[in-house]
Amino acid sequence: MELAGITKRFPGVVANHDIHLTVRKGTVHALVGENGAGKSTLMKILYGMQKPDEGTIAIHGEQVAFGSPADAIVRGIGMVHQHFMLADNLTVLENVVLGSEKLHGIGAAARKKIKEISDRYGLGVRPDLLVEDLGVADRQRVEILKVLFRGATTLILDEPTAVLVPQEVDALFDNLRELKAEGLSVIFISHKLGEVLSVADDITVIRRGTTVGTAVPAETTPRQLAEMMVGSELPTPETAESTVTDRPVLEVRGLTVHASGGASLGAESEPAAGGLTEFAGAGDVKRVLDDVSFTIHAGEVMGIAGVEGNGQTELIDALIGLKKADSGTITFLGEDVSSWPTRKRREQGVGYIPEDRHRHGLLLEAPLWENRILGHVTERPNAKGFWLDPKGAQADTRRIVEEYDVRTPGIDVTAASLSGGNQQKLIVGREMSHNPKFLIAAHPTRGVDVGAQAQIWDQIRAARREGLAVLLISADLDELIGLSDTLRVIYNGRLVADADPATITPEELGSAMTGAASGHLEHVETTEEAGPEGEAR
Amino acid sequence: MKKFDKERVLLAVAGPVIALVAAIVLTSVVLIASGKNPIEPYTLMLQQASFSDVQVLIINQASMYYLAALAVAVGFRMNLFNIGVDGQYRLAAMTTAVVGANVALPSFLQIPMLLIVAMLTGAFWAGAAGVLKVTRGVSEVVSTIMLNAIATSLIGYLTLADVWGVQLGNNMTTGTMSASGWVPGINLGTEVGEIYGLVFLAVAMGVLYWVVLNRTRFGFDLRATGESESAAAASGVDAKKMVLTAMLISGAVAGLSGLPLLLGDAHTYSLSFPTGLGFTGITIALLGRNNPVGIAFAALLIAFLDKASPALDYATPVAYEKEIATIMQGLIVFAVVISYEAVRQWGLRRQQKRVGAELAAAAAQINSEKKKEVAAR
Repeated sequence: MELAGITKRFPGVVANHDIHLTVRKGTVHALVGENGAGKSTLMKILYGMQKPDEGTIAIHGEQVAFGSPADAIVRGIGMVHQHFMLADNLTVLENVVLGSEKLHGIGAAARKKIKEISDRYGLGVRPDLLVEDLGVADRQRVEILKVLFRGATTLILDEPTAVLVPQEVDALFDNLRELKAEGLSVIFISHKLGEVLSVADDITVIRRGTTVGTAVPAETTPRQLAEMMVGSELPTPETAESTVTDRPVLEVRGLTVHASGGASLGAESEPAAGGLTEFAGAGDVKRVLDDVSFTIHAGEVMGIAGVEGNGQTELIDALIGLKKADSGTITFLGEDVSSWPTRKRREQGVGYIPEDRHRHGLLLEAPLWENRILGHVTERPNAKGFWLDPKGAQADTRRIVEEYDVRTPGIDVTAASLSGGNQQKLIVGREMSHNPKFLIAAHPTRGVDVGAQAQIWDQIRAARREGLAVLLISADLDELIGLSDTLRVIYNGRLVADADPATITPEELGSAMTGAASGHLEHVETTEEAGPEGEAR
Repeated sequence: MKKFDKERVLLAVAGPVIALVAAIVLTSVVLIASGKNPIEPYTLMLQQASFSDVQVLIINQASMYYLAALAVAVGFRMNLFNIGVDGQYRLAAMTTAVVGANVALPSFLQIPMLLIVAMLTGAFWAGAAGVLKVTRGVSEVVSTIMLNAIATSLIGYLTLADVWGVQLGNNMTTGTMSASGWVPGINLGTEVGEIYGLVFLAVAMGVLYWVVLNRTRFGFDLRATGESESAAAASGVDAKKMVLTAMLISGAVAGLSGLPLLLGDAHTYSLSFPTGLGFTGITIALLGRNNPVGIAFAALLIAFLDKASPALDYATPVAYEKEIATIMQGLIVFAVVISYEAVRQWGLRRQQKRVGAELAAAAAQINSEKKKEVAAR
């Protein structure tokens, strides 16, 4: 497959510009770039979801034009999306044949075909299980099988490892090697460089919407690759000396939140490669947070690792006051704040960098200075008593834009017109401007470019030196390990393990994230060594 | 910075202008289709507007529309659709008329008391929908529509002769109100008529509306809730309290909207008291983009269509149906909804493009790059 000179424009931006990409048969070709570099747009073009404005796509030397994904599928291109497209209440077999019933029917022939594909590529898919009973990694394998079932010879995997823990990633890579050995091509989109280097045969780097170079994995270090991606020197999230004091800022004791309306936990955790871990008997009501206790001191960053959907969102909601705790207490600076409403908590010094900034952090269609008021409407400089103070807010917004390097032509533009990184910098600037004593930082650098990421880390570190207590929730294990003073692992609503960020590796953390390890995690050969349960919570 | 301000004015004006032009063109199409002159009705109506007695009628009518539209707009600003303004103002006007007929305080007490009675009644009726929404999750659209119907029946019952009704000739009224509750107007002579005193109340409410929404913490919370409920909740707004408060305010303002006529001219609630103000108010709030100045223009426009159109029936040599104005009002609603959404999206894209271009230009200057593009977000 060969792409030449692909350009795609959207209103206001050029998403792709003069892209060149050649994928050889029987190889894994990695496409790396920062968030927002234009990888997803390129893949949509490849899969026929969007048409390029310029440029050509050729397959086996033959020029093609895709009007829809159906055209791409006919040409043997299949895509595994980042967010799975499976019907939970159907079996694996039903999901696979859905929409392509004509190929092998829906009965024995289809089952035979699925078995055959599964065995050939070592996918280990069982056709009669319900999809809702499968973990994330199994679902992903079903997605891959779906694509192969439709006769794909080129697979596009969009950030396939984002939802997996390290052990599952290794299993996925084994599958990819099988596919490659059978002569299929895989296009692997990622921004995790270690993974890319371990699985890819060729690497193409995208930056600012255009291909800036290719690399051979054997001759490249992650650092070189990262510098190609970023185009500049690379930041690291490492904190300097510890600033932890013995003054507790936030104490949480026995915090329990029940699921509302029997909603599921979202993405369920996948049992680790080793054994099958059953969820502990949930009792009558599902507890999305179960007896969570911890203390964060002034100057301490406590990181929480966990596969998404294991109670992180509920923990944040309970701390900021959006969800009432069903039992347990939250003590902030010596006062029991469990019954305080959100506004009072924020006024008293709880800062909040939300995990979904569009839903919880911004008014997208309001100007920047109104967004600066959001969340702090009762505080100076935004208000004087009962009255708003637009002048004060505007002046302070200018200061934030300046100090936090928010790239914008002015403070009267809407928040929606800024890029994700600049929106995030505005939010960080806003929260830091009110001298919080406790900061909830949920995925503070998600979807943020590397430059902004370094700034945000710097700001969190600076505030930590001045005695800020931080709860850091992140899917980026390097960020967690690099920034945190203490680490906890959340699994199925419980804090199941703790670890010392100075010695722990992402792999060891990953093992606890699947529930396979608990207690105090020591950096030793086997991480299964469980410490006393009480210490973990 | 200036550029963006100009931009905003352009965007604010583009919507209504496009909508009105579209509505006029479509109305002309209707006229042509029915074999009439597509221009003359407008000139006839504009001619009407030059008469000072029609002008007074327009201003008086507009003041009532204005209050009703403000009531709707308060709800709109936080994504609440109070369709019940109609029931709220009619019930409030009736209650006020009954209280006014049975209580006789000195003017300086009587008039404020009547205003408060009207506001409380309106707030009570809207509050019912608010409580239902907050405690039971009932959509305010459904409950306010039902409350409109209930208000009609309730008014019918309360104005029965053996309750509070007073038969006056062919008309069923609530009795004449005490003269101390009459609000004097500006008399421009018997030929021209009188401008209601409460027109000034409408103006004051418009100012108050702007100040509360744009210059108070409460107003910010209200607007934030309307723009993004989840973001407002995270910022500490108690959504339920906000819904209830907004409904109460909306109802209170709605309660006032019948009063310019009641206290200025009618002095009793009768079968001939105007209905449908609340629904027209929705049109006006939409057309005026929930902006107090925009609503004022919209209210004047709709009042103009109302008051200038009857003359069409008597025009010589060719008479036109006055329902042309109704058709136009209906078309305005359609055009407004479509053109505002189109202009809003166009504006957002335009701004994104501009921000992208300005940043790219700045970046290009700094890095002396050749490319003037920003990568996709």
